[in-house]
Amino acid sequence: METFSVQGTTASRAPGNRLQAITGVNASGNLEVLVERVLPDNECSVEVATAVAGFRDLWQAVIAAFFERSAPGGLRFSINDGGARPETVTLRLMQSARLMEVDQ
Amino acid sequence: MTNWEKQRHERQVRLDEANRYASGKLVSSENAKALLEAVIRSGDRVCLEGDNQKQADFLSEILASVDPSHIHDLHIVQSGIVLQAHLDLFERGIARKLDFSYSGPQGAAIARALEAGRIELGAIHTYIELFARYFIDLTPHVALIAAVSADRNGNLYTGPNTEDTPTIVEATAFKSGIVIAQVNEVVEKLPRVDIPGDQVDFVIKAERHFYVEPLFTRDPANVTEGQILMAMLAIKGIYAEYGVKRLNHGIGFPTAAIELLLPTYGERLGLKGKIATHWALNPHPTLIPAIESGWVEQIHSFGSEVGMDDYMAARSDIYFTGHDGSLRSNRMMCQNLGLYACDMFIGSTLQIDLAGNSSTITPGRIAGFGGAPNMGADAHGRRHPTDAWLKAGREASDGPVSLTRGRKLVVQMLETFGEKMVPSFVERLDSLELAEKFKLELAPVMIYGDDVTHIVTEEGIANLLLCRSAPEREQAIRGIAGFTEVGRGRDRKAVEALRHRGVIRRPEDLGIDVLDATRQLLAAHLIEDLVTWSDGLYHPPSQFRNW
Repeated sequence: METFSVQGTTASRAPGNRLQAITGVNASGNLEVLVERVLPDNECSVEVATAVAGFRDLWQAVIAAFFERSAPGGLRFSINDGGARPETVTLRLMQSARLMEVDQ
Repeated sequence: MTNWEKQRHERQVRLDEANRYASGKLVSSENAKALLEAVIRSGDRVCLEGDNQKQADFLSEILASVDPSHIHDLHIVQSGIVLQAHLDLFERGIARKLDFSYSGPQGAAIARALEAGRIELGAIHTYIELFARYFIDLTPHVALIAAVSADRNGNLYTGPNTEDTPTIVEATAFKSGIVIAQVNEVVEKLPRVDIPGDQVDFVIKAERHFYVEPLFTRDPANVTEGQILMAMLAIKGIYAEYGVKRLNHGIGFPTAAIELLLPTYGERLGLKGKIATHWALNPHPTLIPAIESGWVEQIHSFGSEVGMDDYMAARSDIYFTGHDGSLRSNRMMCQNLGLYACDMFIGSTLQIDLAGNSSTITPGRIAGFGGAPNMGADAHGRRHPTDAWLKAGREASDGPVSLTRGRKLVVQMLETFGEKMVPSFVERLDSLELAEKFKLELAPVMIYGDDVTHIVTEEGIANLLLCRSAPEREQAIRGIAGFTEVGRGRDRKAVEALRHRGVIRRPEDLGIDVLDATRQLLAAHLIEDLVTWSDGLYHPPSQFRNW
């Protein structure tokens, strides 16, 4: 198990009023994401706990691209990873950011 | 005086020798070996019907058991090298030269035999390329074929897996060759005649039914959300964009996802009747929900699929069937319509380079081509226009529209990483290394980059028709290559510029909501759901049953 955190800044607050959402499953090749609206409006972060060590550089690239693409200001993401491939991580992160926009 | 009938004479000599083992055209399985030894001569070109699906497995085993001191140096000319017995022919020195098109499970064994010098390789072909050569310079002297049943006159019923049989028999029987069929049973009256008896010399009731491999069954349970996202991109960004009605799908999971999304996502987009109505396609079980929802007008098939027989027999408005009710497939015809009458081929691949060349080669395996290179090629002899074909042609050209030919859409779908995090995008195809190792004159390329019009990954669609230079094409490919080294090596400014021009389109550019990319969107979640959709007419092979 490897854990680390990636921080980012965005121009604006992520849309929507939802405070928390969860998506995905912590299974082999997949991942679970918990999102909480707990940070200042222009900050975002992803806390990663992954079963597969040694890909930190790749995670950082995936997360940086996500911050740029989704601009998730104010959101903290916590990932439980079961060895998902980068494109699955991207899809889950984007889905979880979108979930915060829609009403429950 | 020139003898102009040497071939006919030779045929008669062999038949005279063989007739002692036959009663009329019927030969018992005990006499099968003696029959083959009587009609086959060393150096003959032999087609041992090994199709994509159907295998003359009994005759293959008999041929592999003949005495190599009596019969040797055969030249094997057939589509598929997929059985152990096919390799045994070379291991035992019965056969020496090989011209084929597809090897699937025997890819590694062929590579080993080639390295050990036991196979002299002519060439690796596409299906219709090899069929074409049957009629010009690789005509079989003897064809050993497979059918479901025969009557005493040698008429054959092939059942749904007609596949290559009419083509093989045409080339052999009409050039003074000898045709021997293995059948599951000999009957008084056939359900229908697929091969007329006067083209068949001998019939052997085999000791067991011929083998057919289920190749096109994709379990919806294994479709991933990444593949669903790619399917949404393809439907909205390509099918709808070009109004593609006539098409062929490959056999991978991404295209299975498209089939399962037509009645859900496609319906929501209002595309029913506007896309995907006419198909060149094997009977994919995953297309059942779309058929049952009224999406599909007509399907012609290369072969059949295990478990689909009753369903197809009950849907003769959709499939080509005999008057007996069962499917009639034909690989030669279906490949031809794939070339000249489909506006799009869309399929998966394993590896793609910076020019868009694609390959399914993995190290140490010679897997062959099958039909994909023809499905995935623009036929320059095509002259009839459709909107999709014209639009594709015009996107690729800056010349005067009046004399611009159309283009077939050739779409490659692949996830940016394959199994075990192997990147799908590479600077150099593995097939180049393979070609060096086995001294092949031509590195195997499944689809050449200049035929590819679009590449779809989870990151988006690259429209190569709109690229005007090699560097532009390279950045378009890097721009959808995700977090592979090729993807991370992109020129970000150039990629953004391509995105503004619509050369690269991301899900958000197409108004695709990532929240829709869930398994809920599939019309069937399990094989069992396909059975339900089919009204109980689809009978999945046992390896796909878990209830």
